[in-house]
Amino acid sequence: MPVITSGATKIWRRRTTKAEWARSGAWFAAVLVFVFTWQAMTQDTIWSFVWDAPTQAADIGGRMLPPKWSYIHELWRPLWDTLNMATLGTAMAIVLALPLAFLAARNTTPSVAFVRPLALLVIVASRSVNAIIWALLLVTLVGPGVFAGLLAIGLRSIGFLGKLIYEAIEEISDEPIEAIRATGASRMQVLVWGVWPQITPAFAGVSVFRWDINIREATVLGLVGAGGIGMNLESSMSTLAWNQVTLILLVILGTVVVSEYVSARVRQAVS
Amino acid sequence: MLRIENLTKRYATGDLALEDVSLSVPSGQVMGLIGPSGAGKSTLIRCVNRLVEPSAGRVMLGDTDVVAADRAGLSRVRRRMGMIFQEYALVDRLTVMENVLSGRLGYVGFWRSFFRRFPQADIDRAFAVLDRVGLMDHVDKRADALSGGQRQRVGIARALVQEPELLLVDEPTASLDPKTSRQIMRLIVEVCAERGLAAIVNIHDVALAQQFVQRIVGLRKGQIVFDGPPDALSADVLTEIYGAEDWSATIRKVDEEEEAVAA
Repeated sequence: MPVITSGATKIWRRRTTKAEWARSGAWFAAVLVFVFTWQAMTQDTIWSFVWDAPTQAADIGGRMLPPKWSYIHELWRPLWDTLNMATLGTAMAIVLALPLAFLAARNTTPSVAFVRPLALLVIVASRSVNAIIWALLLVTLVGPGVFAGLLAIGLRSIGFLGKLIYEAIEEISDEPIEAIRATGASRMQVLVWGVWPQITPAFAGVSVFRWDINIREATVLGLVGAGGIGMNLESSMSTLAWNQVTLILLVILGTVVVSEYVSARVRQAVS
Repeated sequence: MLRIENLTKRYATGDLALEDVSLSVPSGQVMGLIGPSGAGKSTLIRCVNRLVEPSAGRVMLGDTDVVAADRAGLSRVRRRMGMIFQEYALVDRLTVMENVLSGRLGYVGFWRSFFRRFPQADIDRAFAVLDRVGLMDHVDKRADALSGGQRQRVGIARALVQEPELLLVDEPTASLDPKTSRQIMRLIVEVCAERGLAAIVNIHDVALAQQFVQRIVGLRKGQIVFDGPPDALSADVLTEIYGAEDWSATIRKVDEEEEAVAA
C-alpha cells in the first residue's frame, strides 16, 4: 500500500498519507478525552484538603510511631486464622477448579457445545466477583467469622485457578496425547498419563501463586467481618489506635514477604 | 494381515486427503510409504488406527473391522497396532520406564494404571524391550533427559511392549542425523523381522527407504501412483510421485546396478 510509484522510482513510506492523518486525529481525540475527564474528576475535589494532606500525614505518622509492640500478643491468634483461611480456601478451590478446568478446556471437554460453555460460565461468575464482595454476601449468609472468609476466598479462587489451568491444558502438545490414545488407553488414562504430566508445572505454579494472593486478600477480609487479622485492623482504626495499626501493617508485611518467598521457591522447584 | 479397502478421507475443511486407497500389507512385510508433503501419508496411517476418522472405506486388521469398532472394540484393536512418531511423542516429564509402560495402558484398568501398579508380566515385557533397544542404563531417567536417537528408541520400545501385530511408523527419522537415522531404521526393520510384524513406514528420504524396506508405495494427492519393490523406483516413477526434478543422484545406486547387469 504505502509504495508510491513516481516515474521509475518506487517510494516507500511507513504509512499512506490518509493513514497518517487518521493517526494524528486519533491522538488529538485522546488528548481531548484526557482533558475532559481530568476536569470531570477534579471539579468536586476540595483543594484545601489536598494541600493540607502533608500536614495530616505528618500528624497521623507521628501518632503511628512507635508501634505498640505489646499488642503483638493479641495478634497471633488472628494471624493464625488468616493463614488458615487462605490455605483452606485455596485447597477447596483447587479441588473444585481442577475438574472444572478439564471440562472447560477445548481439548479435554466432553462436549464443546454444551459442557464447555457451562464450565466457562462458572469460571467467569467466580472471577467477576471480588473476594470482599463474596465475603460481604457470605457474612450475611453464614454469619461473621473465619468460615465466611474461607468460603469467600475459595469461591473467588475457583475462577482464577480454573481459568489458568484450563489455558495450560489447551497449550499442551498434542503428539504425546495421540501416542497414548494409539496404545488403546481409555479417555481417563489419556488424562492421567498424557495431559496431567504436561500441566503439573503450571498447576503447581498457579496454585501456589493463588495461595500467595489469598494470604494478602485474607488480611483485608476481616474489614467486612469475615475473620482474621483484618478485624483487628478495623477495630484499631475505628478506635484511632494508630500505633496498633502500625504493628498490624508490619505483621501483614512480614507474612506477605514470607508467602511470596515460599511461592517463588515452589515455582522454581517444579519445572 | 492389514487390508485397506477403498479408504477415503475428506477433512471438514473440504480437503480430500485420501481418495479410494486400497492396499494390503502381509505379516512380516515392511512397507515404505513415500510421497510429497501433503500427499496424505500421515492421514493414511492415522486412519488405520483411527486417530483420524476415515470418511469412507474399510480397514481390516486380521478379521477385525477397525472402522466399524465401537469404543471398547477400538481400544482392543489399537492394542494390536504400535505407533512410532516423528517427534517421538514421549511424555517428557515421565521416566523412560513410565513411557514404555504407557504402551500397556490398553491392557490394564484405570486404577492400576493410576497408581502405577502394573502386573509383573508387563514389567518383564518392558525390561525385555528396553534391553532390545539398548536403553537398560536409562530406565529411570526422565524422557526429556535423552538424546534424539535415544528418545526414538523409547518410542520404539513403547510400541513393541504392546506386543503388536502391526507397526505404524510416521517419519521416524525426520528429526535425526543421517547416522542415527540409519540405526533407527535398521532397528525397526530388525524387530519387524524378529517378531514377524507388518509395518507401514512413512518416509521422506527416498534413498533411506530403498536401503531398508521390502516394498515401496508412492502416494500423490491422496492416490496410490506406485506400488512395487525398491529397485523398481526409476526417475520416471519419482517424477510421477513428486513431479519433475533431476533424480539421478537420488537413485544412483539402482542405475549403477542396472549398468553393472548390462555390462
